[in-house]
Amino acid sequence: MTRSIAAAAARRFFRTTTALASIAFLAGPAVAAEEFNALVWCDHTDPALIEPFEKANDVKVNLKEYEGTGAGISILEQSRPGDWDVMVIDAVDVHRVIEMGLLGEMPADALPSADLFPELRMEANNTKDGKTYAVTEKFGYNTISYDKTKVDPKDMEDLTVIWSDKYKGRIALYDYYLPMIGLVQLGLGGKTADLSEADMPAIEEKLAAMKAASKQVSDVVSSQTALATGEVDILVGGGEWITASLAKDKPDLDWVVPKQGAVRWAQSIAVMKDSSKPELALKFVQYILSPEGQARLATSSCYWGMPANMKAGEHLAPEQKLALRWDDQTGYLKNTQLYPVPSAELDQKMQDAWTNMMQQ
Amino acid sequence: MTTATLEDRERRRAWGFVAPALIWTFAFFVVPFLYMAAMSLWSRQGREIVRVWNLDNYARFFTESALLKSLTNSLEITLTVTVLSVLLAYPLAWIIAERVPKRWQRMALILAILPFWTSYVVRSYSWLLVLSKGGVINQALLGIGLISEPLEIASNRTATVIGFVHFFVMLLTLTIYSNLIQLSPNYRRAAADLGANGFQTFWHVVLPLTLPGIMTGAFLTFVLCIGDYITPQILGGNNELVLPQIIMLQIGRRADFPMAAALSIILMLAVTAAYLLCARWLKIERA
Repeated sequence: MTRSIAAAAARRFFRTTTALASIAFLAGPAVAAEEFNALVWCDHTDPALIEPFEKANDVKVNLKEYEGTGAGISILEQSRPGDWDVMVIDAVDVHRVIEMGLLGEMPADALPSADLFPELRMEANNTKDGKTYAVTEKFGYNTISYDKTKVDPKDMEDLTVIWSDKYKGRIALYDYYLPMIGLVQLGLGGKTADLSEADMPAIEEKLAAMKAASKQVSDVVSSQTALATGEVDILVGGGEWITASLAKDKPDLDWVVPKQGAVRWAQSIAVMKDSSKPELALKFVQYILSPEGQARLATSSCYWGMPANMKAGEHLAPEQKLALRWDDQTGYLKNTQLYPVPSAELDQKMQDAWTNMMQQ
Repeated sequence: MTTATLEDRERRRAWGFVAPALIWTFAFFVVPFLYMAAMSLWSRQGREIVRVWNLDNYARFFTESALLKSLTNSLEITLTVTVLSVLLAYPLAWIIAERVPKRWQRMALILAILPFWTSYVVRSYSWLLVLSKGGVINQALLGIGLISEPLEIASNRTATVIGFVHFFVMLLTLTIYSNLIQLSPNYRRAAADLGANGFQTFWHVVLPLTLPGIMTGAFLTFVLCIGDYITPQILGGNNELVLPQIIMLQIGRRADFPMAAALSIILMLAVTAAYLLCARWLKIERA
């Protein structure tokens, strides 16, 4: 399994390097008739996802990968208008980019919105003043991943286990403050949408307890490695996107949405306002949202996640559906909440709380 | 008149040779540095960068314990790594220079620096696997019955220090070795003639004469270690943050470039202080 993770990391590195090199040499001769540039998350860099679109449309998709909205906005701030045609962004942050005036309107009737899970249409996030600027393409959960042979699965159904001492030293914390603070808020009985500065003292107290009970705070690759190698038995903040791709080689790894709920992540795709190829960009969006594109995106080599389009199920194998817990989605969607969307001031306080937690 | 013209011509030629390096340094070091220094005096308020000069970022650094602790963590780790690396590298360099036959020295050096040929990131991840609960070290110790529970040597400061020391011992071995082989054997003969024993010769003659090599390597170790992001990020398990990690957090998550610039200036000041300490100390020794 370690080999497979290392191989996946190597493949990601190679693909990223290739994508960056492609962008760096945009002025060079192009093999395909057309090219366009997409600012994406790593799941879009899987050739199994991109190549069918490239071949069908005789186009070269230049991909640049980023992680975290802050990094994505930094890239946009340093880019010229027209540098990017398509962007993938955290669904809860779509309005930040709309407010920057960078997203173009997409014709609503050109998108398969009716085929999306109702909870994933997210009009409040993807539209403004009745205009559609983005569409949800993939989602999943920041919850609890664990090795079911090492821990009692019943314990994992209670979110308060993440700050208890029962599994002290056997827990990894996913290093992303937003969903993690959202999880704590749920564990304390609150709602992510209501999270305010008044909640922060209680959250900080629980973060300190979580740090004391954990072995490490780590990024995606390190968390996945730690869980797969047995370095830790529980990953708080994990979910299908950590364990599903490992299901074949590590069937003991599982994930669950506890009774208090979990944080739901969702990623949206949008066309940039200054795209020089808006038709092609929209075509790419339509491909990603098609049942076939959705199935490929859901099982991308970088990380798995639930497709937003309900019809993608027709293109997923039974074992893939099992790893994604396809049949549990109705209950899970009801029992999960979106990331907190903090103001700039609260966001800074949340980051400070997270940094303080790591330095304890 | 003729002499003056020749001097002028020589001076112009000298400037011609130096100019490309000066322009390069000015364009790609001095200007960016000044820009970074100026930016460190701006501030991020909400989602906007306010271009009004103030010392808020520096004040924040010295008043927020999490930020200040990143500097103390960096200094503690760097000093530990530097001292351990020198202690391990010196005997290795000495053995290669003094005990390994001349014809095998090159091969010994190649073997010593062999790990340099591997990617830094891959090497760090490899260490993570070696030090983990199921890694080679724990499995071997458990196997021979020396321990009953796996040692916690991954994802903490110990792992970071091990990863660093592995890397910097190679670097220091090279700098100390190059110093040792330049040392004339006559110094040791003279010391022996004057009645010094082996230890006295080493302590009073060899060690002082090889201090420039040690200090050069130690300074390089300090600079590279205190500015490193990869090793603590992979091996430290984020259980404590060093200054480069805090800088990355400002850039990657907050897009707070002014704060990142202020922290970078502080990092540069730490390196400058280390340089001044080394330079002063070396000067005294040479005198």
